[in-house]
Amino acid sequence: MTTATGIGARVKRREDVRFLTGTGRYVDDLPLARATYAYFLRSPHAHAKIKGVDLSEAEKMPGVVAIFTGKDLAEAKVGSLICGWVVKDKHGEPHKAPPHPVLAADTVRYVGDPVVMVVANSHDEAKDAAEKIKVDYEVLPANVDLAKALDKGTAQVHAEAPGNLIYDWELGVKADVDAAFAKAAHVTKIDIVNNRLIPNAMEPRAAAAEYDKGTGHYTLWSTSQNPHVLRLILSAFVLGIPEHKLRVIAPDVGGGFGSKIFCYNEETAVCWASSRVGRPIKWTAERSESFMTDAHGRDHVTHAELALDKDGKFLALKVETIANMGAYLSTFSTAVPTYLYATLLAGQYTTPLIYANVKAAVTHTAPVDAYRGAGRPEATFVIESIVSQAAKDLKVDPAELRRKNFIPSTAFPYQTPVALQYDSGNYPPIIDEAMKIADYRGFEARRAEAKSRGKLRGIGFSSYIEACGLAPSQVIGQLGGGVGQWESAQLKFNPTGNVQVITGSHSHGQGHETTFAQIVSDKLGVPLENIEVVHGDTSTTTFGMGTYGSRSLAVGGSAIMKAADKIIAKGKKIAAHLMEASVDDVVFEDGTFKVAGTDKNVPLAQAVFAAYVPHNYPLAEIEPGMDENAFYDPANFVYPAGTQICEVEVDPDTGETQIVNFTAVDDFGNIINPMIVEGQVHGGIAQGVGQALLEHAVYDKETGQLVSGSYMDYTMPRADDVPSFKLGYKVTPCPHNPLGVKGCGEAGAIAAPAAVMNAVRDALAPLGVTHVPMPATPLSVWQLIHGASRAAAE
Amino acid sequence: MYDFAYHRPKSLADAATVLKGKDEARPMAGGMTLIPTLKQRLARPTDVVDLGGVKELAGIKVEGSNLVIGAMTKHVTVATSADVKRMIPALADLAGMIGDPAVRNRGTIGGSVANSDPAADYPAAVLGLNATITTNTGKHAADSFFKGLFETALGEGELITSISFPKPDKAAYMKFRNPASRYAMVGVFVAKTGNTVRVAVTGAGPAAFRVKAMEDALAKNFTSEAIKDIKIPADGLNSDIHGSAEYRAHLVGVMARRAVDAANK
Amino acid sequence: MTISVAMTVNGKPVSGKVEARTLLVQFLREHLGMTGTHVGCDTSQCGACVVHVDGTSVKSCTMLAVQAEGAKVTTIEGLAASADKLHPMQEAFRDNHALQCGFCTPGMVMSAIDMVKRHNYQLDETTVRHELEGNLCRCTGYHNIVKAILAAAPAMKAAGV
Repeated sequence: MTTATGIGARVKRREDVRFLTGTGRYVDDLPLARATYAYFLRSPHAHAKIKGVDLSEAEKMPGVVAIFTGKDLAEAKVGSLICGWVVKDKHGEPHKAPPHPVLAADTVRYVGDPVVMVVANSHDEAKDAAEKIKVDYEVLPANVDLAKALDKGTAQVHAEAPGNLIYDWELGVKADVDAAFAKAAHVTKIDIVNNRLIPNAMEPRAAAAEYDKGTGHYTLWSTSQNPHVLRLILSAFVLGIPEHKLRVIAPDVGGGFGSKIFCYNEETAVCWASSRVGRPIKWTAERSESFMTDAHGRDHVTHAELALDKDGKFLALKVETIANMGAYLSTFSTAVPTYLYATLLAGQYTTPLIYANVKAAVTHTAPVDAYRGAGRPEATFVIESIVSQAAKDLKVDPAELRRKNFIPSTAFPYQTPVALQYDSGNYPPIIDEAMKIADYRGFEARRAEAKSRGKLRGIGFSSYIEACGLAPSQVIGQLGGGVGQWESAQLKFNPTGNVQVITGSHSHGQGHETTFAQIVSDKLGVPLENIEVVHGDTSTTTFGMGTYGSRSLAVGGSAIMKAADKIIAKGKKIAAHLMEASVDDVVFEDGTFKVAGTDKNVPLAQAVFAAYVPHNYPLAEIEPGMDENAFYDPANFVYPAGTQICEVEVDPDTGETQIVNFTAVDDFGNIINPMIVEGQVHGGIAQGVGQALLEHAVYDKETGQLVSGSYMDYTMPRADDVPSFKLGYKVTPCPHNPLGVKGCGEAGAIAAPAAVMNAVRDALAPLGVTHVPMPATPLSVWQLIHGASRAAAE
Repeated sequence: MYDFAYHRPKSLADAATVLKGKDEARPMAGGMTLIPTLKQRLARPTDVVDLGGVKELAGIKVEGSNLVIGAMTKHVTVATSADVKRMIPALADLAGMIGDPAVRNRGTIGGSVANSDPAADYPAAVLGLNATITTNTGKHAADSFFKGLFETALGEGELITSISFPKPDKAAYMKFRNPASRYAMVGVFVAKTGNTVRVAVTGAGPAAFRVKAMEDALAKNFTSEAIKDIKIPADGLNSDIHGSAEYRAHLVGVMARRAVDAANK
Repeated sequence: MTISVAMTVNGKPVSGKVEARTLLVQFLREHLGMTGTHVGCDTSQCGACVVHVDGTSVKSCTMLAVQAEGAKVTTIEGLAASADKLHPMQEAFRDNHALQCGFCTPGMVMSAIDMVKRHNYQLDETTVRHELEGNLCRCTGYHNIVKAILAAAPAMKAAGV
């Protein structure tokens, strides 16, 4: 059924009015009576021993309520923060798992590592007092340069991880791949660095906690993407507060992009201390703290080789990667460069043999974990860089080389050599459409015109594959994942016919309050205004896995469909009773139960009312009430795919790169709300463009200081850094979920870096430049153009 | 930030009185640099003297062939002033490129010039136009005003009251922005008055400076062609993750040529 | 140092006692409980805190509360005539999906209104993108924000706001 509010409609967002009128409620907005404020004194050093902490002066400062150190937490038996995914190395051994204390007691391991928590009557007083704390540090050599992290003689981060190695992991059979390389007509090799990024959700992380002495209940408000998972970690592993005594609420959350999935030190400390302090405690990160301590993203050093036969068919791919974990293993860090990276290395191609070796290293830098795309942007950057390089090497059109190697539409389901089985897809029409929108044929004329203005114009492709909506739980468990990958939904009708859609996923910008309502409206015929989507509070929602990895619609939406099926099934029984018909004869159409071939009908609202006022009701067969729960565990990942084409102009005088055209054509399966999907793609592309041209988390290689620690030095994409984007869609519905949907949240960020970088490489190729590091900043492009050494500038 | 005593004098004389004798007092014009500095706890003044109430310091006057701009005149006012656009359009352009709209609504010319931030725009105009800086105690020539990083010829308690810009025959300002902060990584102000040409650079060094070799070449032939082979030495120029000294030196040439072309348009 | 401060916020007279170091945004959020204005950075760059002071946009994180003594302040809470009558800029943001997480939105909307007025309701894409220099958004890629502002300019003119 297609209606103005159902599936496929551009319904305006229901959450917008509160955000547009200043009535959203983010964690820092909470009015908590008698609140205290926490401030964390952090390590100014990348690596140091803590020889002593002197609190005497700080304790005397005005407004101070309490001060806690790592020792206090250790004495109270507060556990280590955990990494929830056990990756087994190539010998079958589990990864090294060094402890991650909530407050550092003996050693600090990155600039920003929290050492002391000061609680005071105001934020300023807490900060004033923190400045009076004297920490005696013995500064030690730091390991900051990822390329050297695993070398002999490099400073060690953890005794538990000798040589700074967390795991040495592999996928594929190296001997088979080597044999294929031996027969290759051509081998293309690349060395690339996937630059480290800082997620920068516009709302800084925040936490507030309150303890109820009478009931022993803790309430933690957190800027979390997955409140139930946070509660589970805090309860089962870190704080030992039973789950039923801990309520976690993630209210309006101002963007996450992965960085708010994880369990962080500050929210843990605030929650723990709330019972000691006896008053609510609030903490909100200053942006400089977000830069230092939000889990960073990407940060790979990779060597890759692609073997091709004489006709340009891919024979084999070999990838060697060192992945930075930072100083501690964040919640899902270990999975990102393995199961979310190497398993994607087939891309859209039929490459029959692939071998990947990933070494995860710890360094004296902030923890690194999933950031929009998580592993998949890194994989796409490798594949799409090397394919475009191969096209250059072989002097063939990059689109032609791609097309020649695409998995044919007839081959689905397609088993890749890297574990995944792609369920559906049809790649050639996507690239055709993208080339049409981008006017690929007209490019050479545009290049020549740009040249007449002294500009270097280039064009770049990126044909990505994404695996999102991680699943099924059993497989994830076999691979070491510590949690289930299902999602929950509850459809709770009220007697008057309106309904609460309770989801275990969480919305922090994605528009679930609108999209999920559309699904229910479409499926059950309930008007949109009678539907409310509830999420984000462990006390009012069923246990759910939250939002990450573009899973909410594919998994959470499917759970809602399952719950709706149960509502219909129950409603049929009620309606059959009311219509004195056989259940088998009852059909549900347009929100009404009908007996085929008659004019008998019972609207859903009437069945709901009967369920709550069961005066004329089949009580012997079914229970009263209309409230159905469902859990959905998908059979497989979903596999969105697409092609982006980026066109740039480089100013050789200044090294500046301007994006003059950007096209993205995606296959997200069926689309519920095209307006929201477009917004997701736009935002993702901007982040990908940011990675390619602007953003770079830079640590000083000697001192480990974060050089790009504010918006003065970390280049965020601004409105004039990006163009308006041209989008297109092709649809192959997902065959294994009830909505036929795939994820759309990460696609833009996954594909864009390679599209932009291939365009920059293409623009600079006439000058003989063969290697362009990412990000292609004006400085680095100018240095390339002028043949100056990049190393000298750093 | 640390707390401080706040003063809002109504006159220049009162402001000077409050500032006098307090070692750690800081005058505040628009606060666009001072407040962020205080927020980061990088300064700890005992007293902040807000000049926002000193009405005599704001406003733009034309005095003969000079444009006299009061110290507390906001960037937005300079950017949109009909007098400035008529007399020295390059100065209006420059003011319109400072920070972002909200910053231009608060930031002032006096605050910017007194601060001598290496990445500020106004110092290039002051130097490029050979302006005169008037203070509550005297006058400073532009050439002897900018002493170094955040360092000027202003004495203790000395406050800029206005800046007088002589009208050039032609002038233009070209700026290469730091990609992250959007401050000037290199900004070049070029002005031609009679047979004299001044080329002033901001962003590249510890403080704004002039490029004599370019000025001489342009005095003979005011075209970008005339300076295309003039190389600026990188020694002593700023260097950071966004721009090496060599890159900045190179950009001085590019921005200077573009400024000359713009001035000739 | 504690100082009394009085100003008009969204048409209503308000007053309070603040420390000299209290920022305007802290006064709005913590003293008045008006949490629609947000703080997204500490270097005056993100623009989440933009409000109007005496009719022009300012970053309320870079202005002391005492500097707003006697001023007329308008915040995001003061734009809509009522819950179902949004300001044309708010309406355009909604129509064009120019917000996702909503955190940068208040500052974006306040900056955008100021922009439209300064440009006398006449804007083009390049100008809008350039004028948004002081407002960061991480969700939308700016595409729809630009679209919304371009759509709001004539709507504001027509509505006489």
